[in-house]
Amino acid sequence: MAEKDVLTGEHFIHGDAACAEGGLAAGCRFFAGYPITPATEVAERMARRLPEVGGIYIQMEDEIASMAAILGASWGGVKSMTSTSGPGFSLMMENIGLGMMTETPCVVVNIQRGGPSTGLPTLVGQADVMQARWGSHGDYGCIAVSPASPQECFDLTILAFNLSEMYRQPVFVLADEVVGHMTEKVIIPPREQIHVAQRAKPAVERSKYLPFESTGPMPAPMAIAGDGYHVHVTGLTHDERGYPVITDAVQERNVRHIVEKVRMNAHNIIRVDEVALEDADVVVIAYGCTSRVARQAVEDMRRKGHRVGLLRLVTLWPFPSNIVRRLAGQVKAFVVPEINYGQMALEVERTAGGRAETVLMGLMGGSIHSPQEIQEVVGQYL
Amino acid sequence: MSTKQEIRLAGFGGQGIILSGHILGKAAALFEKKEAVFTQSYGPEARGGSCSADVVISNTTIHYPKVGQPDILVLMSQGALKTYGGSIRQHGIMILDADLVKLESEPDGVTVYRVPFTRLAERLGKTIVANIVMLGALAALAAVTSYESMKESVLSSIPRGTEELNIAAFDKGYEYGRSLIEHGRPPEED
Repeated sequence: MAEKDVLTGEHFIHGDAACAEGGLAAGCRFFAGYPITPATEVAERMARRLPEVGGIYIQMEDEIASMAAILGASWGGVKSMTSTSGPGFSLMMENIGLGMMTETPCVVVNIQRGGPSTGLPTLVGQADVMQARWGSHGDYGCIAVSPASPQECFDLTILAFNLSEMYRQPVFVLADEVVGHMTEKVIIPPREQIHVAQRAKPAVERSKYLPFESTGPMPAPMAIAGDGYHVHVTGLTHDERGYPVITDAVQERNVRHIVEKVRMNAHNIIRVDEVALEDADVVVIAYGCTSRVARQAVEDMRRKGHRVGLLRLVTLWPFPSNIVRRLAGQVKAFVVPEINYGQMALEVERTAGGRAETVLMGLMGGSIHSPQEIQEVVGQYL
Repeated sequence: MSTKQEIRLAGFGGQGIILSGHILGKAAALFEKKEAVFTQSYGPEARGGSCSADVVISNTTIHYPKVGQPDILVLMSQGALKTYGGSIRQHGIMILDADLVKLESEPDGVTVYRVPFTRLAERLGKTIVANIVMLGALAALAAVTSYESMKESVLSSIPRGTEELNIAAFDKGYEYGRSLIEHGRPPEED
């Protein structure tokens, strides 16, 4: 049954379908979800495809239960995933926190639409960027990737699974409606060319295994239910055994670890696309569908001889602070087009620390920028 | 040299507009090895609401995915004319369903072709293949992809067992389009 999980070849599919295929190629064999525009097609594809590869698809009663189910499946030893959009992402927040606290690998795909609330079901938004970072209560490290094409939906969903296994935590694929519903050629490589991280198994004997004993900033290998290891999993502050210990000292170790495993490994996680940055006086910082518009604007302006560059965020979180800090000493301004009222622009402004101006081009949702609009704003700072 | 073409197909939900956009994009992306982006817009209604399928085809990477002013505009409903009629680029090609879309006046600087997609499909016994008739006519009138690529794309996108009907529909549209180009009028039997 396994030969159908990697559909090697050229396909003309939309981003939602490519997210599903990326999940399957990464070894996902459990999907629990609740349909919601514009992410329904991810679930639809999984509903058809998972039975073909011996996996399980289950439609849950809501997104709260969907998130709980994929955490449970993960502890059962199966790579698991869900997909949703704004309203569902809000419902998932509590159990996302549970996943962070229990260090449970899984992938959550959010095809962003316009919000708040039910907002614009069929139209684009990029306003869940800060929610992905801070949406669940308490402190934790966040990893989020942001595809700009169906091909990247495939590639970055695989990356999301690999990062989730490596750092033992939920990882977000933060796509948007334009990319999710956009259809392009997607090349699925032969299986042997796809890097898939397998879950590390405990190497110590059962009596000595500690499921939450970190080594530096890296989590312990994860024993799965039924393997015979003693495993206790709780959302409460816990010691290395996973048992609740409600003290400030254990909280200090516990929370510091789930924040620092991302912070200390940021250089291994962060991925950006740098376009014409060397001599740039103005740099556009963009992600998702907006980064394609920005790329068009930057290429058109370069052809006219303007010193403009593009920093495309492939990973949104952790944020590439070092790169932005370096550029802040070189450029006059950062122009940040995004489909929200200024979320990544805040991060850029904070990192630039006043050394370069940060210019927000915010759209509230429902449409994308035009290359001309970006050119006009960039032109004001050249 | 970039040769970018922007194509918009528009009508009402249920006419197969979205599928035809997918088939057109696939013909270019998989059967001609060009770059192609297909995007769609539709309302919350499943049927009856207006909808459009936008396809950008180019021999170089396509960054901006949307269609602003289409070079080729296909309209399959009067509502679509109202919504999208004004968007066409100067010197563009407009292809109308001859029975379903009536122009108040001929637009300046635009080449207009009229093909009775829906009537031709009815004659084949199935109105639902009007969109495939349209793709045949589009291949003939606008040369966005070759006849072969579009036909292969149709064949790879339809349910098994419907090949004969769909290819008949495709050829009907193609012949109609060729006749308009070569003779300036519909084929004899029409």
